[in-house]
Amino acid sequence: MGDLKLMKGNEAIAEAAIRAGVDAYFGYPITPQSEIIEYLMAEKPHERTGMVVLQAESEVAAINMVYGAAGTGKKAMTSSSSPGISLKMEGISYLAGAELPAVIVNVVRGGPGLGTIQPSQADYFQATKGGGHGDYRMIVLAPASVQEMSDFVSLAFDLAFKYNNPVMILSDGVIGQMMEKVDLKDSVARWTDEEVKENSPWATVGKTKDRERNIITSLDLDPSHQEKHNEKLLLKYADITKNETRIEKIDCDDAEYLFVAYGSSARIAQKAIQLARAKGIKVGLLRPITLYPYPSEMVAKMADQVKGILAVEMSAGQMVEDVRLAVEGKVKVEHYGRVGGIIHSPQEVLEALEKKIIGG
Amino acid sequence: MTEEIIIAGFGGQGVLSMGKILAYSGIMQDQEVSWMPSYGPEMRGGTANVTVIISDEKVSSPILTEFDTAIILNQQSMDKFENSVKPGGYLLYDPNGISRHPERSDIKIITIEGSKLAAEMGNSKIFNMVVLGAYLKIRPIVNLDNVIKGLKKSLPERYHSLVPLNKSAIKKGMENIVEVN
Repeated sequence: MGDLKLMKGNEAIAEAAIRAGVDAYFGYPITPQSEIIEYLMAEKPHERTGMVVLQAESEVAAINMVYGAAGTGKKAMTSSSSPGISLKMEGISYLAGAELPAVIVNVVRGGPGLGTIQPSQADYFQATKGGGHGDYRMIVLAPASVQEMSDFVSLAFDLAFKYNNPVMILSDGVIGQMMEKVDLKDSVARWTDEEVKENSPWATVGKTKDRERNIITSLDLDPSHQEKHNEKLLLKYADITKNETRIEKIDCDDAEYLFVAYGSSARIAQKAIQLARAKGIKVGLLRPITLYPYPSEMVAKMADQVKGILAVEMSAGQMVEDVRLAVEGKVKVEHYGRVGGIIHSPQEVLEALEKKIIGG
Repeated sequence: MTEEIIIAGFGGQGVLSMGKILAYSGIMQDQEVSWMPSYGPEMRGGTANVTVIISDEKVSSPILTEFDTAIILNQQSMDKFENSVKPGGYLLYDPNGISRHPERSDIKIITIEGSKLAAEMGNSKIFNMVVLGAYLKIRPIVNLDNVIKGLKKSLPERYHSLVPLNKSAIKKGMENIVEVN
């Protein structure tokens, strides 16, 4: 066991970044995730590990600093909340196109536009279906506890470097602002220059005579090259789907109904399960941990067992589309969620199940 | 055991830090905890509240609408949370500044003169610890040793000299609760 602490989700991400041997964080403050940069600044990681922490002049600058650092094989990350992530989207598309490993944290707030600073999960489409331009995918991890906020930082970097692909940690204002017990992982050292060369032979760390020049770009004016590049990306995404789909199942064994929910909605759904089971309603929870790749097969399998599925998300109904695609009409699938920064209560989730699925 | 608590009052009263100390105390005795603040453009004088859950089991939802205990420290919070206490639950409040007192008969109502006692002890900042002491008297879910350990964990080291003062404030709170019904 490492170090047991009571921390906010945002603080846990920041501490985990230092411990994961991250080389650089570039960010710009925005509620409800400003504790990330605040904690990093206070901790002086340049003294602890040599990690660079820099408040950029804007979100656009921050994501392009990540691009530059990632190009040299360094572990680089940024974080923001919804409106700030929109600004980063061009850079994220470039990262995906240039096949650079990087981690982007989105602590989602209500939108559209500047919206509200209260929690929301309405950036699902943006995170999983593109957001930026072109045919690309990010690996998207959805933590549902402060412990996972901590654990997913090193997981995100492992996946980013395994597939040379940007990874998003899609959190929300609840998980970012709440405090829970967290068991911090032991620190790992930052990679040495030699390790960078070994782990990332594509990195622009200075040409040597024995190899061709490493070029990092997302631009290819020859469409026949670009098509090959796109096909290579598609193969990579297929690999990611095959290898990296992650879920948690709670109370599913005897379930007659199912909640599908991630992040804070998965926590609220767990309480709704307790309330439901006290009334004799057998409901379980399938919690996607990866939102891309989406656990379509696991959802489809549960559709063979249950009578109906309620997708719970603080949005107007985004993830429900992926649930419906997976279920292919086998059982009834409905969405429930409060919007605009209002958090649904466990009672409201249970009422929605009774009204939309059981009674519907 | 699961105890679901809302602590609500003015910003600057130490509502959030009282919750944090309580949560840390739970960790000190190996329990599961969550601490979920209302956050936003809050400031000194505005309203602030925090939901704290201490449990032997893993905590499910950090967001709740019903509570085992409500600790109420201003009138707005009384209006907002009196009806959120589960039947048979507890409502602890400081009557100072309360014009409309709670009226429910299906919950236990207890008062603590927190601000008055803190002023008598010569330090208004320990108000929240007096209230915490009152809470621990009616709901002894964490023991005092673990509260002190939790206090040390949540205070920066430069304030550790204030631990004895905080401890006597907690004891003061424990000794001065008044059962209303």
